[in-house]
Amino acid sequence: MAKLSMRERYSLLTRDLDWTPTYVDPKIVYPYTRYEGIKIHDWDSWEDPFRLTVDSYCKYQAEKDKKLYAVIDSFAQGQGHLLLTDARYLNAVKLFLQGVTPLEYQAHRHFGFLARHLDGPGPRFAALCQSIDELRHTQTEIHTISQYNKYYGGLHNWSQMHDRVWYLSVPKSFFDDGLSAGPFEFLTAISFSFEYFLTNLLFVPFMSGASFNGDLATMTFGFSAQSDESRHMTLGLGVLKFMLEQDEDNVPILQDWIDKWFWRGYRLLSLVAAMMDYMLPKKVMSWKEAFELYLEEQMLNGLFPDLEYYGIRPPRHVEQAITEKEYMSHQVYWVLYNFSHAAAFNTTIPTAEELDWLSASYPDTFDRYYRPLWDRAQQIADSGGRFFYGGLPMLCQVCQIPMGFTEPGDPTTISVRSSEFRQERYNFCSDGCKWIFDREPEKYVQAWLPVHQIYQGNCGGASIPDVLAWYGMQPGDGGEYGASPDKASWDEWHAQAAAGGAE
Amino acid sequence: MTGTGKVRRVGVDLQDSDDTRSLVEAIEADNPDVELLHMPGLVKVTTTGELVIRRESVEKLLGREWETHEFQLSIVSYSGNIAEWDDDKIVIKWEH
Repeated sequence: MAKLSMRERYSLLTRDLDWTPTYVDPKIVYPYTRYEGIKIHDWDSWEDPFRLTVDSYCKYQAEKDKKLYAVIDSFAQGQGHLLLTDARYLNAVKLFLQGVTPLEYQAHRHFGFLARHLDGPGPRFAALCQSIDELRHTQTEIHTISQYNKYYGGLHNWSQMHDRVWYLSVPKSFFDDGLSAGPFEFLTAISFSFEYFLTNLLFVPFMSGASFNGDLATMTFGFSAQSDESRHMTLGLGVLKFMLEQDEDNVPILQDWIDKWFWRGYRLLSLVAAMMDYMLPKKVMSWKEAFELYLEEQMLNGLFPDLEYYGIRPPRHVEQAITEKEYMSHQVYWVLYNFSHAAAFNTTIPTAEELDWLSASYPDTFDRYYRPLWDRAQQIADSGGRFFYGGLPMLCQVCQIPMGFTEPGDPTTISVRSSEFRQERYNFCSDGCKWIFDREPEKYVQAWLPVHQIYQGNCGGASIPDVLAWYGMQPGDGGEYGASPDKASWDEWHAQAAAGGAE
Repeated sequence: MTGTGKVRRVGVDLQDSDDTRSLVEAIEADNPDVELLHMPGLVKVTTTGELVIRRESVEKLLGREWETHEFQLSIVSYSGNIAEWDDDKIVIKWEH
């Protein structure tokens, strides 16, 4: 028998092996796909353009894993961590691994759920593959954590930290918001908005940054994960177009979700903006450049004209994101700098060279608004001090980021919005977050806000050391990089090399 | 950095590896107006209209058999819509 074509194999897997239930009402077999208001008339019209089947999935995933673990092994054997540009670089990796690894695991679980609960065999199989991919990503990230955890701080308790630590509540609450939505909103949130629309801003410049800074371990898991990501992107865009094509009534529901999840995802990426501009010793591109290339050029000028055909317009509040590209990374990193005594990564003042790079990359804002902050921090450092913010910040009820963003177009006024619900006042960092709250206040009043929880006495005590102990952090995990155990070890290892090698 | 924002480009981001060099050459041969942007560890390949990757062209340059599924080992990201993916070619374009 001649070898079947990809098209035939895919059709046999997803159509021939499927059946229509007759003993049990399909609404009972698939109970979750009706209550959100999305109408699907023909599940069979959804096709995976990759036409992936079990044999090809296993073959190529095995190959990816073989490559990846060969690199991780030689990285370990060759003391690859010593080849980084600087130990300071690892703070970007810490933030990434602490924040993203648990999300990969949550994604694995939820795509497993969708692989059972979507009515159509095509999307069920795509969800199954993605579920296995996400577990693979979790594993490869844990293997990378274990490489660095042998020598550096901040990575020894990532799982518990994810549930407790203030800045990690930003990614956690983002994902919990998706998990607790219905399956179609989850697909719009994670598969379309995050994996298709925004993922390039998270992974691509960051992994390129890893490559540039000598971090083979992160670059390898990153590119390996990203090769699956292109399949996830395809699922995201495919599922969105499928829903749009099925029924015109779906359009306004999807527009609302696109609006909501654009802003949710964009706010989450503000942490990436800070990493790119401040935490990579060798920079690949600025946040602003990445935003222009991936979001403005590829998405707003490429994707959205395509979606216009279905009656979808660019996401609400996107103009605000465009305005913010000039200042978001500076505001977020300043917050991280001020609060890193309560974090599991170190921060420090950018070097003179980096300050000049920031001036050149942000000619309209950096010298005017942000360089003076670093000059002040430097003055304090010169007299032997270190500026940390002594109190606890007010958090946005929706994105959970401390309220450090400014009014659009006015970088000197902090933006605060609020809404009243059941006689309580709730505060937000932006019009985008307020709009999200006002759509579903019952959902967001339940947010677990780390600062509120500390004040309510739920986080181990009233002092910073009590709270850090409850977070499961150790001395040296956070604070000033210049005084950190990581820097001391790095200097010692490299002094040995300069002095002719260790014994 | 790429284009003016008026012309809609499509493209793929590929890992910068040995196999990728042949892939990029094949894409350059089969598509007009290809632009390359090198970043550490990856190369961004864009073109206007649609981007086609043909198995035959890749095989000729690699000097061995190549399944279109193997493209999954090199791809990092893409911009556009995967309009076709069969045994002989992959086509990425905007649909509307």
